[in-house]
Amino acid sequence: MSAPLLSVNDLKVHFDVGRKGLFGGGSSAIVKAVDGVSFDLKPGETLGLVGESGCGKSTLGRAILRLLPLQGGRTVWLGQDLSKLEPNAMRNLRREMQIIFQDPLASLNPRMTVGQIIAEPMTTFQPNLKPAEVKDKVKAMMAKVGLLPNQLNRYPHEFSGGQCQRIGIARAIINNPRLIVCDEPVSALDVSIQAQIVNLLMDLQQEMGMSLIFISHNLAIVRHISHRVMVLYLGKVMEIADRDSLYTNPLHPYTQALNSAVPVPDPDIEQNKARIVLKGDLPSPLNPPSGCPFRTRCPKATEICAQVMPDLVSAGRDHMVACHHAGPIA
Amino acid sequence: MSNVLEVTNLNTTFATQEGDVKAVNNVSFHINRGETLGIVGESGSGKSQIFMSIMGLLAGNGRATGSVKVTGTEILGVATKDLNKIRGERMSMIFQDPMTSLNPYLTVRRQMTEVLMTHKGMDEATAAATSVRLLDRVQIPEAQRRINMHPHEFSGGMRQRVMIAMALLCGPELLIADEPTTALDVTVQAQILDLLSELRRDTGMAIALITHDLGVIAGLADRVMVMYAGSIVEEGAVRDIFKRPQHPYTEGLLKSMPRLDSHGLNRLDTIGGQPPNLQNLPTGCSFRDRCQYAFERCAQERPLLHGIDAGRAKACHLERSLGPLMGDAA
Repeated sequence: MSAPLLSVNDLKVHFDVGRKGLFGGGSSAIVKAVDGVSFDLKPGETLGLVGESGCGKSTLGRAILRLLPLQGGRTVWLGQDLSKLEPNAMRNLRREMQIIFQDPLASLNPRMTVGQIIAEPMTTFQPNLKPAEVKDKVKAMMAKVGLLPNQLNRYPHEFSGGQCQRIGIARAIINNPRLIVCDEPVSALDVSIQAQIVNLLMDLQQEMGMSLIFISHNLAIVRHISHRVMVLYLGKVMEIADRDSLYTNPLHPYTQALNSAVPVPDPDIEQNKARIVLKGDLPSPLNPPSGCPFRTRCPKATEICAQVMPDLVSAGRDHMVACHHAGPIA
Repeated sequence: MSNVLEVTNLNTTFATQEGDVKAVNNVSFHINRGETLGIVGESGSGKSQIFMSIMGLLAGNGRATGSVKVTGTEILGVATKDLNKIRGERMSMIFQDPMTSLNPYLTVRRQMTEVLMTHKGMDEATAAATSVRLLDRVQIPEAQRRINMHPHEFSGGMRQRVMIAMALLCGPELLIADEPTTALDVTVQAQILDLLSELRRDTGMAIALITHDLGVIAGLADRVMVMYAGSIVEEGAVRDIFKRPQHPYTEGLLKSMPRLDSHGLNRLDTIGGQPPNLQNLPTGCSFRDRCQYAFERCAQERPLLHGIDAGRAKACHLERSLGPLMGDAA
């Protein structure tokens, strides 16, 4: 077993969303967007993060890259505690960790050419590169992600959504990162384009060996691309397991409900399946339920669920679950 | 008995500064009483614009020609006064984003009773009682109290329920649902899909279900119409379309979807390239640049939608039939 690339331990990200009065006072309200998340990520591995809106999956992705301040917990990068790093050292490490965003067009500067956009991370870290070298490298990257290298002087608005996402990917890989956080990278794309981007990411990973954190609400795509999958609910890990156990033998009632809620493109299955339909909506993260956050919608909830948040415990090889009543679907 | 909806040679064009954009291209189809027709396609395929044309909701620069009959009455090009007697009463529409389709200034009560007072000439008290009954019917808890709230006080799923209740006020024979669950989380989507299928069973109304999600179509539709670049490319019973797609685009779309019930980490089949520009459609078949089966005739002649089997039609020059999808050799 190789040493983890990244170790996240009891990570907490809280936002104060209270109203501040002009002279102090006012009300304070804390949203615990990520509340005590721990996991390891191995080199070359893809970890899928799934959950509904507001579950903290994007916040977690950003917190890992230290794009957000932490309220607690540690992220350890190859044995090095990131929270103890000097800003300068952290800045140097950043070339190794990159991010791809959901909205491909909004994440590209409209006033820069595609060539400038892709080159920027490289020229930032290697300011002495000759312009000709930069251009060659950018063209090679564009070819690698399936763009025409002669289009490097065009602007983002001249490209389609799928192509813009390729530009974002080229920008992310130009420094040969070890980790890319992919925050809903295909959600804004049409079905036929999604598959192209998913294949591209998988090909690049195989070629370059980087780890991916793949954030998505689309469970089918996450199943396709991930080695391991983590399910989040209101900032807490409900279940984390290797892909096959999570999808074929989910032990947490929330994972089971999520799985059964996803429509399968097969009328024979879809029109006859007994769905586990959860009642109600996600509770407000401002005022989460006591104990287990999922208990208000959980078909298995009992008294203890309102009192004690269950610990994340091992439930088999590479499978952990946080539920008082964990078990296969009855 | 006439069909609920009969559309013949519908063309929808938008006048723009760069010339006319043909969003809907000579489309003819019908919906039987009580039937659910799924309309699937990617963004820009014209699937929404067909129904915006039918509802008389086109943008100012849009123009629709052809014939649209709702339960036998021609409605295309009739005066707004006459159209208003039909929309809302015999057909109604729900949209993707319930927040932008409800009026944020008015209480739900005001928005719902207005419909009944206008269409049915009810007094406010009767209208309110009917509205509460419908909110109950779509499972809004405490409808009596909630009817006096404003849209922002409801969650996304609840707002979509309010929209549905509003659409059902006059007991329409046709409900047009344009991406009704796209903005919702999967667990809430499952609730809304269940609700729609229940309402359909109880009221016997027909549904036009517009979505890009093949899984949603598989669960609810009786018949499916596949759109590409403003035209219908394939039509058939839901099971036929999913098990034995006959148009290369439908086949490609189904193959490129990662499925929750399949094993991952292999490459996805993709449809190469991008959808064409509607201002400048290629000669012949609009799909030919992306089609693996394309031959000379496809560049010269535009394929027309023609029957290939009972209840099945495709717009493709390929004469042989495509095989069943892998693993679905039923």
